[in-house]
Amino acid sequence: MIVADRKPLKEILEMLKGYNRILVVGCKGCVSVCNVGGSKEVGILASILKIAGKKNGLNLKVDEKTLERQCDPEYVELLKDMVDDYDVILSMACGVGPQFLSERYPESRCLPAVNTTFFGGAVQHGVWSERCAGCGTCVIHFFDGMCPIARCSKSLLNGPCGGSADGKCEISKDVDCIWDMIVRKKMEQGRLDDLLKFMPAKDWTTARDGGPRKSVREELVQ
Amino acid sequence: MRLPYPSNVKIIQVPCSGRVDILHLLRAIEDGADGVYVAGCLEGECHYISGNLKAKKRVQYVKKVLEELDLEPERVEMFNLSAGEGPRFAQIAREMVERIKGLGPSPVNA
Repeated sequence: MIVADRKPLKEILEMLKGYNRILVVGCKGCVSVCNVGGSKEVGILASILKIAGKKNGLNLKVDEKTLERQCDPEYVELLKDMVDDYDVILSMACGVGPQFLSERYPESRCLPAVNTTFFGGAVQHGVWSERCAGCGTCVIHFFDGMCPIARCSKSLLNGPCGGSADGKCEISKDVDCIWDMIVRKKMEQGRLDDLLKFMPAKDWTTARDGGPRKSVREELVQ
Repeated sequence: MRLPYPSNVKIIQVPCSGRVDILHLLRAIEDGADGVYVAGCLEGECHYISGNLKAKKRVQYVKKVLEELDLEPERVEMFNLSAGEGPRFAQIAREMVERIKGLGPSPVNA
């Protein structure tokens, strides 16, 4: 899923300065699963905004709406009868949400309430960890299901580096060295020889380095 | 025991303090409560294993929110006591009321 964190309240309040009619829009996709932008979090943020408004003597109108997804036009469309009633739309979806909203409703002001962080999964309740960097050319099959692009601090394809110690990365004791894990797994499975094969420099044009990306499936395009 | 405690404390009963949600605490503040506290069972003695520990974390979350809004985090609190401690329940109610009186009315009501 796409993982995100709510922006600090001070930043959100600063963005909303001068707006009195606010629509907080959640998304039932990834941000619901990582507990940052679903209907529950929308309710919490709306309540916080109302408290802040009352404290500052402002008569804020804060309403809530959670869409199935904010990354599909048919769901974004469902706001069409509402947007004119608000000065600002605060999206709690990933970075895709506020952009789809502002593309569909160019007259409205659409702002993000979250910082979109990475593609990852829940390693325990309340803890998410990065697993994919969306580089556009998956190499996980070479590394026994572990991605050094996303999980090595240097994205090394021929690791580990000298910064690996006791299974941890030199950047932090909280960061596992993925190359340590790859080597251990290869040893356990008797396939350490796989790592003798030199991995040439990666072609990063399929990643962000190639510019904004687009995926077209001709069989689906109407 | 018929123990007296301040009449301005309004009690909302829940099956377990683990039922108390962040939104319940925020809505109380939003609707004008000068303070809110959760009275849960003693730590380690939750009948539902960890309800009171969950409530504690939610109270901490709301305290942080209040701080970020430049409101006093002391307006929200978690207390732990057993169901058999009537006198302590009354004492906590008095303590909390005194604390809130010291802080004054909530700026949300201004």
